[in-house]
This record gives sequence, structure tokens and C-alpha cells, in this order.
Amino acid sequence: MPLTHLEPSPEQIEQEKVYRTMGLTEEEYQKVKNLLGRKPNYTETGLFSVMWSEHCSYKTSKPVLKYFPTTGEHVLQGPGEGAGIVDIGDGQAVVFKIESHNHPSAIEPYQGAATGVGGIIRDVFSMGARPVALLDSLRFGDLDSSRVRYLFEEVVSGIAGYGNCIGIPTVGGELQFDPCYNGNPLVNAMCVGIMDHADIQVGQARGIGNTVMYVGASTGRDGINGATFASEEISEKSDEKRSAVQVGDPFMEKLLVEACLELTKHDALVGIQDMGAAGLVSSASEMAAKAGVGIHMNLDLIPQRETEMTPYEMMLSESQERMLIVIKKGSEEEIKAIFARWGLHAVAVGEVIEEEVLRLEHKGKIVADVPSDSLASAPVRHMPSKVPAVYLANQAAPAWKPEINNYAKTIKKLLGQPTLASKEWVTRQYDYMVQTNTVVAPGSDAAVVRVRGTKKGLAMTTDCNAKYLALDPNEGGKIAVAEAARNIVCSGGVPLAITDCLNFGSPENPEVFWEIDESVKGMAKACDVLKTPVISGNVSLYNETDRGAIDPTPVVGMVGLVEDLDHVMTASFKNEGDAVYVIGTAKPEFGGSALQILMDGEVSGKAPALDLELEKGRQGKVLEAIKSGFLASAHDISEGGLAVAVAESVFGTELGCDLKFDTDPAVELFSETQSRYLITVPEITKKDFEALVGDAVFVGNVTRSETVNLAFASSTVTLNRNELENEWRGALSCIMSAKN
Amino acid sequence: MKTAVIVFPGSNCDQDMYYAIKDGLDEEVDYVWHAETSLDGYDAIMIPGGFSYGDYLRSGAIARFAGIMPAVIKAAKEGKPVLGVCNGFQILLEAGLLPGAMLKNKHLKFICETVNLQVKNNDTQFTKLYNQDEVIRIPIAHGEGNYFCDDETLKELQENNRIVFTYSGENPNGSRADIAGIINEAGNVLGMMPHPERAADALLGSDDGLRLFQSILNHWRESTHAAYTS
Repeated sequence: MPLTHLEPSPEQIEQEKVYRTMGLTEEEYQKVKNLLGRKPNYTETGLFSVMWSEHCSYKTSKPVLKYFPTTGEHVLQGPGEGAGIVDIGDGQAVVFKIESHNHPSAIEPYQGAATGVGGIIRDVFSMGARPVALLDSLRFGDLDSSRVRYLFEEVVSGIAGYGNCIGIPTVGGELQFDPCYNGNPLVNAMCVGIMDHADIQVGQARGIGNTVMYVGASTGRDGINGATFASEEISEKSDEKRSAVQVGDPFMEKLLVEACLELTKHDALVGIQDMGAAGLVSSASEMAAKAGVGIHMNLDLIPQRETEMTPYEMMLSESQERMLIVIKKGSEEEIKAIFARWGLHAVAVGEVIEEEVLRLEHKGKIVADVPSDSLASAPVRHMPSKVPAVYLANQAAPAWKPEINNYAKTIKKLLGQPTLASKEWVTRQYDYMVQTNTVVAPGSDAAVVRVRGTKKGLAMTTDCNAKYLALDPNEGGKIAVAEAARNIVCSGGVPLAITDCLNFGSPENPEVFWEIDESVKGMAKACDVLKTPVISGNVSLYNETDRGAIDPTPVVGMVGLVEDLDHVMTASFKNEGDAVYVIGTAKPEFGGSALQILMDGEVSGKAPALDLELEKGRQGKVLEAIKSGFLASAHDISEGGLAVAVAESVFGTELGCDLKFDTDPAVELFSETQSRYLITVPEITKKDFEALVGDAVFVGNVTRSETVNLAFASSTVTLNRNELENEWRGALSCIMSAKN
Repeated sequence: MKTAVIVFPGSNCDQDMYYAIKDGLDEEVDYVWHAETSLDGYDAIMIPGGFSYGDYLRSGAIARFAGIMPAVIKAAKEGKPVLGVCNGFQILLEAGLLPGAMLKNKHLKFICETVNLQVKNNDTQFTKLYNQDEVIRIPIAHGEGNYFCDDETLKELQENNRIVFTYSGENPNGSRADIAGIINEAGNVLGMMPHPERAADALLGSDDGLRLFQSILNHWRESTHAAYTS
């Protein structure tokens, strides 16, 4: 017998304030009481607590998310569904979204990361799209800590374990290390899918009398209250919440993808939604609320993995690999046959009703009866905001100037920093080639995936330099979007739209809330100017440990359209003799730079400034030059400055270069001034290129040599490619093998 | 030539194999579901990579019991070309069509990269279009590709020229004698860990794998032509 008789009564819940331990505030509980016109029972309190958690409701971030532009010429579906959709022509569309799985990964890194990947894949195929690529944006603490190395190793294994098995290539992402993520790693997974317009699905429960079916894995007790857990700070007590972490089964999900994609071609399908955060309650209530109807569900029919589950447990479980679908009444057997072929259950568990309520029946009794839209409309919270003193201090600080004695040594040291070093140790654990469409593999500015059967490709990247945001969230927010666009452009793509994953500390801290507000304002501004609307996203707050909040880390996932695969461009130098150009003049901007972190161990001063109009103009010129076939390589100059960009461009080739500058070496090589590019151009198109891009400065030529020469008026910096490449390529694997 | 690509639950390189035949060879190809029981009418059988049945037990250990496997074994006995790639190779080992077993990679991690392979035997219906000892670039992507066999089997493989591909340069997974691909005694069943279907289009970095499929096609044409004229 389920232990429902041990649950507190509605009176006890009120008197003993049980709702507080479930995550509801005093005001929220009163609001629930008013909505129902009575005291909620235990199951109902559970439904509200999880649906009104920050993770599900965005109650704190909603006022801020309003800044984002969400529409555009090509946008077919903006935020609000499983994932956003953008038109790519010829009746096809690209679908994508990024999502965080930070809290689960902090305590159970393998499963936390694996189920993060699984969840985002479901968001994409629930729209009717075949998932074609994954990207992962990861942040970890200091690799000197064995705990951090453990988290890093297991998170990567978890992503690999899930993505490789399900057969979706992991083609890109980013990886940064900083002490602010000690104990609170960031694991953000992005999935990209391709579909025909005709197959677009929505998560709506339309049509009174239609049948609600449950498909996929059965429901267990794993992940109960996961969404509530994700809306609290991580503390020593978090380990006790290990049961809030779900366990993934990529094989089950592979079957589910194939079955659901067959299903989306079937006329009987009305609506489909992933049971992600908050499982059955979120999928059922959201599908009903969006269609302005109700759902009556019989919980006795829910496939259960464990015995004696209570309604509370079933509704709040976050067991993985499950979907809720609504189909036309009478077509149950046809739908069951599709799933049976893949060895999966499809069970009719309820029906769409006119009355706008979520009504749950269990063992012949109604155990919950709540208005369907009430669960989806948590009271919005307007948090106080305060400018942090440290921001003001940084703005007022005198300009930071590096004193560099040995340039060659400094460059080598930079390339050995885990954040800048080669990510091969990670990417070779990911199957980035399966589906045989990966035209540009991990390692260049953006990955490029072919759209099979067309000349087109999709360029994709994730970006966010949190160090700029730590100094100036507004400017840093703009830069995150601009850098993503620059990476798309350097790969030959037209930036289309973004998805974002807003990782911040506790919004209850006014200084953190100010960071959130300013970051989003900056991002929104950049999205406006660069014409890349936000089509989907996720908010992850409460990324704090007893050490404090993480740096503001709003990760941008961007997808661009490569109109013709002939336009695909990479960062590597290509031919001896090609002319090397730098676009954009370096200013002494070192705040938040890799050089500053290397020399000081921390950041200070002002973040680099970004002129969005200049940024947009340059992106247009570079893209035009690529499309015209003028370029041999293109690389954006970002972390580590020109020195790192040049090194990355010769790695993996047999080439070197002789470059000459009449500028200050420290500024030229290490400044992180924005909107700069390193370009190479074959002799034959030099004139055309110079005519098109007036502000490109010729600095020298590519050589067939191991040597990179960087000549300045005062001195010449001579680098050996092999020596640098060994340092860069070996750094991460060296740390991970030496210390384990 | 009509080719069957077998699809198990959890196969994930089935489409890649399909397109290598369809686009790379411009030949007829079908997916054949694991629950089918006949491969009559097919001239070549491909067992693609992936994680059949999740590979939660030993890789390939469940797939060998699938309904289609007796038909695969029958096709092999009839002398039709059977190619198993990655998980397909593991399935051929489990089904006893090829000798040996797979262990976890020596570094215990999944590894995905394009490696150098040496063609150790170009006198097979799968490798005629390669030069003997030629080094080709083919991707690998596996967690359990560390081929193992006992001394006797190894000797047998070596003496009968049944090692078709070896890793050239660094051995990525610890395979015995650098083995990347082996063939059966009759010369019509090839198992290999590297993915030739991923190297069938220069756009993706290498088309060195295409000649393997072209070799199969040429052999089929020659043998059917011989059948017509005899």
C-alpha cells in the first residue's frame, strides 16, 4: 500500500508550515490557498512547490527576460516551447536550445551531465526535429583540486557516455577553469536539430475527449523534487539530495527518438512534450494550460518502476526518457503499434477535458484538483538590485599595464593554461563524426554540420567569457553575443539566432540580481544590433557555494547558416606565401584578459569595450570576403589576444609566419580589444580583399617553417611552433594523468 | 548490387552506412530490421556501428541472438560479402563468424579520431582497390576496440594473411598485434573497428574508405559477370 496515510493533512501542512520545507514561501502558500479556495493537500502542495520553483517558473528572471528580442524574420518558434525554431529555407528549419544541469552535476557528475544531455535532446525531438549535433559549455574550478579533477573527468565521461551511445555527434562547446566554480561546476548542454516545416509539433493538449498517453521509460523514485533542488544554493547538505539526481539510459532515449520521429509523421498526433524538470506535473499542466483545457489523469495507469508509489512521488519524479503525448481519440492502437516496434510502452493514462483543471485520480479517489494554468503562473518576484562596490572600484581603477620581460615565455605559459590549452583530451572522448555530416570538427572557431541533401551547412558555437562579466556584466554580456557571432562568421555562416543559459548566483542577493539585470540588458542590446533574436533558453540561479556566487556566466549558444558549403572557413593557416592581415587596432585593454589572470591570478579594472556598430560592420565585411572566396583562413582574436590566435592558426599545420608590427608588443600581442580578426589571403585575391576590407592591415606572410617571427621596432619575438604546440596539446592530458 | 544494412535497436551508424552505399557507390541499399529473418535477394550485408541494445552487457552479446542473425550466418556461409564495422565487428565476434574478443580500450576511455591504417592484405574482395601496405586515413570511434585473441589464433591469423588492417603508428586502443580488421578463412566476412563509411566523402576530411565499398562492388560485378558467362 502506498504510504499516503503518512502524508501530512492539509491542516498540518498549514499549521506546521510543511510547505516551507517543500520550497514555497509564506506568500506563495497563501496564493495557492486563494487559487484553490481551500487548503491544498500534500500532493497539491508538492505540485505547486515544484512548478513554482525558479527552475520551472522563472519567477525571478521573468522581468529580466523581457529585455530579449524574441522575434525576427526567420523565427518560426520563439521561447515557450521545448525549443526554438528558425527557418533555413527550402521548407527546412533548425531547432535548438541550451539547458543547464549544474546542480545535479555538482553532486553526481556522471549522471548529472548525462541526463543534462538526454533532457536537451528530448526538448529538440519533441518539436519534431531530428537531433543532429550537441555542444557542451563547461566550467570547472581549479584543477589543482582532486575533487575538481574528479568532477571534470566524470562530467566529460557522462556527456560522452550519453551522446556517443545515442549517436548524436558532440561537435563543439567550450571549457573554462576558474576557482569561482570550485564546488559548483557549470554543465550546459545544447542540442541542434533539423526538420521540415510541415513536421513542427507543439506541446498542447488540444481537442476535448482526446487521449493523453504516456510513452517511454517507466516512472521511478529518482529525481523527485529535482527542480526544487536546482533552485537552492549548493551546500554541504546537498549530498543528502543525491536522490534528486536522475539516472540516464541513452539506449532507451535512442529508441524514444526513433519512435517519436515516426510518431510526428502520424496524423493522429495532437501534441507532444518532454517530461523534463518536474516530470509529469509540468508536462501535463503546461500542455493543458497552453491549450486552455484540462487533463484528467488516472495515476494507477502510469507505468511504475517501483511498487507502492504515491501520487506525490509519481507526479514529481524526474525519471528520464519519458514523454507525454496527446493523440486523437480512437487512434490509441495505431500509436501503440509504433512504440511496440521499438519495444516501448505507450499507455493511455488520461483524457483532455473541457474544465481547465489538472485532475488526478488514484485508487478511485481524486488526489489533486487544481486549475491547470495556476501551476504555470507562479507569482513573479521583483528583486531589489544594488550596484556592487567591487564594480564601482573596478570602473575607477587605473589602467592595468603588464611588465613583460620575456614575450616568448609568456606566450608559451598562456598556451599551457587549462582554459586556453587544446581541448583534445575532452573532444576525443566524444564521437563528433557519427551521422557523417561534420564538416568542421571541434577545434576551430565554430563547428559546421552539413544539411544532408543540400549545399547548406549549420555553423554552431557556444561562448561566454565570464571574466569580462565579472568586471562589467553589461559590456561582458554584449561581448558574449558578439563573440559567438564572430565565431559563426569566421566559419562562413550568417548568424541566425541564439539560445542562452543564464548561470548566476542567488538572485536574493541584490548585487547578484544587478549582475543578472545588467548582463541580460547587454546581451539583449547585442542581439538587437546583430539581428540574432533569442529563440530559447534556460535560467540557472543559485549557483553558489559557501565561497559565494560564481562569476556571472550567461552562456550564448548561436547557430548560423552556411548558405553554401564552399563558404566553409577555418582558422588554420593554409598555404605558404599567403598574406596575413589583422583587422582592428589593439588598444591597451587588459581587464579580464588571459594575460592578467596569468600574471595576477585575478582580474581587475575595466572589461574591453565593445562598439556594436563597428562589430556589425566588420562581421559583414569578413563574411562578404569569405563568401567571395577571398580568404584562406579567418580567426577571431579573443582570449589571449593576437599571440594566442597566431599560435592556434599554425598548430596542426606545417607552417609558420613572419609578421611585422609598428605597435607596442604587449598591447599588440595580448590585449583583448574586441572586434579583431586574424585573416590570411592568397596572393591572387589580395587586391580584391584590400578593396573590400579597408581597415585590414597587412602584417606579413605565412611561411613553410617551424618558426613564428613577430618583429617589433624594439625587439623580435621568435617562437618555435613544435615547442608551443607540445605545450598546448599536452597541458590538459598532462594535468589529468599526472595527478590521478 | 543490392545491399542490406542491418538495424538493431541502438544501431547509430546505420544511416552513415546507408549513405556510403547510396551516395558513395550509387547502388541500391535497404535497411533491414533486426526482427526480420531473411536476407534472400541481398548481395552484400553490412552490420553497422552503434550501441546495439545499449551494449550494457558485453558489446554485441545481445545482438547475436537477434532474429536476423541466422540469416546473416547463412549469407556468410553462402559466400556473400559480410562487413561488420565497430559494433558490427563486435557482433561478428560474438556470433562466432570471426575469432577473438574485444576488451576495453587500454586507456579505458572512449576515443574518437582519424587514424592511420595500414592495408596488410589487399588481396581480398574488400581491399582490391588499395595497394599492399598502403597507409589510409580512417576514423575510429569506440570504447571497446582493444582486439584480443590467444596465441594460437593470432598465429593462425598471421599465417593465413587474415589480418587485413593494422593501426599504423600509435596503437590507439591496445589491440593485440595492432589489429584493426580481420577476415574469415573463406575471405568473405570482414570485421573492422575503424569506420570506412565515415571516410566516404572528401568534404568530411577523407574518402579513403570509399575504395573498400568500391572493391566490394567490383568483386560482385566480376563474380556475377562470370556467373552469366559460364
